[in-house]
Amino acid sequence: MSEVHSTCCYCGVGCGVIIDRRDGRITGVRGDPKHPANFGRLCGKGQTLHETVGGHGRALFPELRHDRHAPRQRVSWDAALDHIADRFAAIIREHGPDAVAFYVSGQLLTEDYYAFNKLARALAGTNNIDSNSRLCMSSAVAGYKATLGADAPPACYEDIDHADCIVIAGSNAAWAHPVLFRRIEDAKAKNPELKIIVIDPRRTATAEIADLHLAIQPGSDVALFHGMLNALLWENLANAGYIEAHTRGYDALKTLVREYTPEFVAETCGISSDELLTAARWFGTARAALSLYCMGLNQSAAGADKNAALINLHLATGHIGRPGAGPFSLTGQPNAMGGRETGSMANLLIGHRDLDSAADRAEVAKLWDVPAIPARPGKTAIEMFEAIRQGRIKAVWIACTNPAQSLPAQNTVRDALMNAELVVLQEAYADTETAPYADVLLPAAGWGEKEGTVTNSERRISRVRAAVEPPGEARPDWRIACDFAMRLERRLHGRASARFAFDNPRQIFNEYREMTRGRDTDISGLGYATLDAKGPQQWPYAIGARQGRARLYEDGLFATADGRARFAAVPYRPVAEMTDARFPVRLNTGRLRDQWHGMTRSGRVARLWAHAPEPAVALNPDDLARRGLRSGDLLRLESRRGALHVIAAADAGIAPGQAFLPMHWGSRYLSGAGINALTLPVTDPRSFQPELKHCAIRLAKAALPWRLIAFGTPRDGDALARLAQLQAWLPRFEFASCSLTAEAGGVLLRAAASAAPADDVLEALHALFELDGEDVLRYADPARGNTRRVRLDGERVAAVCLTGDGSSESWLREFHAQGLPAAALGAMLLAPTDRAPAGAASRGRIICSCHGVGETAIVDALRGAAGDATARLGSAQQQLLCGTQCGSCLPELRKLAAAAVAAA
Amino acid sequence: MAGMRTLEELLKLAPDLYDITVFGAEPHPNYNRILLSPVLAGEQTLQEIVLNDLDWYQQNGITLHLGKRITAIDRVRRIVHAEDGSSAEYDRLLLATGSKPVLLPVPGMNLPGVLTYRDIADTEGMIAATAQYKKAVVIGGGLLGLEAANGLKQRGMDVTVVHLGEWLMERQLDRTAAGLLRRSLEQKGLEFRLATQTQALVAGESGRVAAVKFGDGSSTAADLVVVAIGIRPNIELAEKSGLHCSPARPGGIVVSDTMQTHDPRIYAVGECASHRGTTYGLVAPLFDMAGVCANHLAFHGIGRYTGSQTSTRLKVTGIELFSAGDFQGGDGSEDITLSDPLRGVYKKLVIRDDRLVGSVLYGDTADGAYYFDLLRAGRKVGDIRDRLMFGES
Repeated sequence: MSEVHSTCCYCGVGCGVIIDRRDGRITGVRGDPKHPANFGRLCGKGQTLHETVGGHGRALFPELRHDRHAPRQRVSWDAALDHIADRFAAIIREHGPDAVAFYVSGQLLTEDYYAFNKLARALAGTNNIDSNSRLCMSSAVAGYKATLGADAPPACYEDIDHADCIVIAGSNAAWAHPVLFRRIEDAKAKNPELKIIVIDPRRTATAEIADLHLAIQPGSDVALFHGMLNALLWENLANAGYIEAHTRGYDALKTLVREYTPEFVAETCGISSDELLTAARWFGTARAALSLYCMGLNQSAAGADKNAALINLHLATGHIGRPGAGPFSLTGQPNAMGGRETGSMANLLIGHRDLDSAADRAEVAKLWDVPAIPARPGKTAIEMFEAIRQGRIKAVWIACTNPAQSLPAQNTVRDALMNAELVVLQEAYADTETAPYADVLLPAAGWGEKEGTVTNSERRISRVRAAVEPPGEARPDWRIACDFAMRLERRLHGRASARFAFDNPRQIFNEYREMTRGRDTDISGLGYATLDAKGPQQWPYAIGARQGRARLYEDGLFATADGRARFAAVPYRPVAEMTDARFPVRLNTGRLRDQWHGMTRSGRVARLWAHAPEPAVALNPDDLARRGLRSGDLLRLESRRGALHVIAAADAGIAPGQAFLPMHWGSRYLSGAGINALTLPVTDPRSFQPELKHCAIRLAKAALPWRLIAFGTPRDGDALARLAQLQAWLPRFEFASCSLTAEAGGVLLRAAASAAPADDVLEALHALFELDGEDVLRYADPARGNTRRVRLDGERVAAVCLTGDGSSESWLREFHAQGLPAAALGAMLLAPTDRAPAGAASRGRIICSCHGVGETAIVDALRGAAGDATARLGSAQQQLLCGTQCGSCLPELRKLAAAAVAAA
Repeated sequence: MAGMRTLEELLKLAPDLYDITVFGAEPHPNYNRILLSPVLAGEQTLQEIVLNDLDWYQQNGITLHLGKRITAIDRVRRIVHAEDGSSAEYDRLLLATGSKPVLLPVPGMNLPGVLTYRDIADTEGMIAATAQYKKAVVIGGGLLGLEAANGLKQRGMDVTVVHLGEWLMERQLDRTAAGLLRRSLEQKGLEFRLATQTQALVAGESGRVAAVKFGDGSSTAADLVVVAIGIRPNIELAEKSGLHCSPARPGGIVVSDTMQTHDPRIYAVGECASHRGTTYGLVAPLFDMAGVCANHLAFHGIGRYTGSQTSTRLKVTGIELFSAGDFQGGDGSEDITLSDPLRGVYKKLVIRDDRLVGSVLYGDTADGAYYFDLLRAGRKVGDIRDRLMFGES
């Protein structure tokens, strides 16, 4: 056994991991005690990374189809790449370079990003390259650029230890960034005076630690921040000296926030003016105030404004560029930052250059040794898929992301994928929601199988290292991009240049770092050797530097032309989609503790299902009661864009009038198009980030009377393979959801329909759960649609399927999950009771068959009676009627009576 | 059993109303015929199944004539005559002549070693044969036949059950339950030939039965043949006495709802009676009839017998089996089924018009009485239907 140091591939905290490997397999993972992001800690997702790499569902070989309706066939890498190159070249020649697009991912490594970016801009000749970071961090980018001049998070994790006021806005870090949150908890424990303000419409796990929880109305963040600034000004808590020395635009902002009186803001945000004032005072009087924020600010049609308005507070109070102070955006993906740094988004350019600047474009063109970088702006994610839908983009290359799960307004996204002439999908997993739309599937190496670097939320670059070979014919993403690029080059220019002739990611990194020289992201002094020797480093790390910079703007010099930060006088705009009489409920989306994004990876780990075993929409208990609903009811949720069915769950942390759906549930786990069937594709005008966090919906109890719940442990133990089979069943029901069971290595299917399905459907499902054998306990009342089947494995419940009355679900699931001894319950396992039949097995052997009297009752009656055996028997018979009809049992009764006398 | 049960009930209602005389063809006081099978199987003794011993008759002032078959009723003079020449007068006469086994209409039915299964004599005959012989064939895979087969097996014989029907106990069981039953009995060592017609019983050199020949030409050796293919009401005496008997098979002395024959001084109860076109061969209806009859004899006049739903149990140790009512279902009926193969449990409930009309229980008959009550009560079950299969609690 040996170990390899690498980086976790989930959220942007960027924890260091140590991978254990044995015989070419990854066998375990633990936190790297030396990594400055986590110092050995890992969250539940990180701890189970090794369980995500193998097994059913990995993409192993290139696959290709020429006919959209035919299944893909396995082909060679050459055949796959030649085919794509032919098609891309043809489309570019016929329709121009903007008829192709690349949609990449914050989970790509920096080197992968770089290769794709160069491919798109330097070869294909289009700026149509965007990343799923568009859904995640682009408002943070816009917010930083609008105020500080560059997309550079100025703070670092260590600031948590130095702050005496922490604002957590639009972030459920306790679940989404657990290791970072441990650090906040530690800081709070060390310094009870530390004031924590949580701003979130929900009372989240994060809010539990808050000294002040501002449960604002969704989307009212800008009003809140302006209100806080208003209060700071009134109470003279602004830092006039800092404003004077280092900022611009203060007067305009001051004029604007005059209107944001505590009363107005309290009304707008749905909080008390006292709460507002408390927050402002804590922030204003803090020695060092730190703001941590995430999707609640970013995923909004006013996302850039929200970011900027929060940064305004830091600039106005001088809470920036000092230990413990600063605005600090948390990234959701392991390398969202790398994508920003390499400029791998439609409106960015490499090394924080500006696509709109002819000089910047010329500089990049020179560095890449190409005539020009196209000036036409590229399409950002939402625009890109709309252009695909309209046929303006003909071919799309999707790498390491899952748009058929994650983009808003799924129905139109799926139309787009159907409408594209060519969909290329480069993926480590062949079973994502997007995979069915792919004409070409290119198997990519995944975590633990590839080399490169990532940048975490605090600008820290960590090495990602391979512990094992990729499975099958899977290849690293950068190599796929480069192999393709050389083929495309030959077709477009008649010959392949050296531009993509990279042999390893180190060469790419070295080329990339040259492009940062002199920029704010300058890492010209950093190489793999330094990273290997000294561990992860923060940027900038210019040539000659001995270490990266922990904090930015310590000198008060910002990345603007005049060095002054800009206040953003942005008025509050409400959410893009207001509730109304027809869509009266505000839907909020977010994350679960133990799942990550589209669950392509985390969904493969059984134990990660324990925390939230099934898709559910959380509603305030009073709202449920008011609508005559109960926890567990099946609801239909509908927005102007789509609808879905999902189970209701009561959660007092949800404000009345609101609903919460985890972002994770796509069509692999929920019938229909997943939760993004509902969400809104309206984007922020500057960041182009869609308002995934909020839309207006209506909800009602589902009119699907036929119900099914089935769960079980496959005999062959391959729950993932079984889950894949179940997923194919989801579209066949009006409602269905499936999952792994957290315990017992099983799978679960829940379904509902307006009428009972044909018999063969149920038969097939029974077969799938191996409930069709001779050894299965069965109950059937077909006229009522009630069927129940239970398979036992020795003492344990191995599989269950209930249709119609499912009242026994919860205890049967407990029996299955916990492996409780069930065999003794026998046929009572089929009883429609909402509690496990207590003592059902203790009726004992039936002695009197005529009256159905069991031994237990008889012995009790005999012992309770007085006198000799005959008297006792008489008494028992009077009581229980045993032995008063056919008399077959009298000898036994007499024996029992004699025994009772002897025992007395 | 039905007759003596009537007397017991009558003595409770009007102990001094009648001088009672009882004639019995068998040389025993009345016994629980249902328990012959446990006796045959060696699980109970003859003494244990006697219901009313001689003391009881004496204590209740009943004149008892054992081993005296009544051969004639003089309905004009109201006198009964026994075959030994003795006679007795009556004001009221109760016929409880029971039933006779149906005989097999094939050659060899009278051979030594061929028995039916009806009374203590038959039972003793079988027990005696088990001591001497090895190979038994039971013809008839109904309730009695299987009990006989089980008893003989228990006593060490090799037993083959020959049955005309496609599955065992087809009047009480559906195919599924019958299959489970067959499997259990096979595990106990019984062999079966289903859907098999018996063509002849063949004598051996000693003159005793030696083989059974079947319709398909095959045959099997047999030292003992027990024919248990059904019963028919014993109406010889009634017919001879001019009492109206049902012309339709299987016959039976026609009685009113007060258990009176067409001669109102004469009552009939039990397996010999035909009530509303139905004869009963099971214990519960007999007891019901006895209650009504005693009530009428005691001049209470408020009891009416309106027929019984019947239920069946198989008395084979280790096998629990219950069936009642219209268990086959069919048009307009809805089945609810439950099976627990691990314990060999199978249950079927048949619902029609929201009422329980039939039930088959195999392996676990604890709720038989509950279902039987529901069935007889004709109660609507819509509200309890989902729990019905899981018993009363």
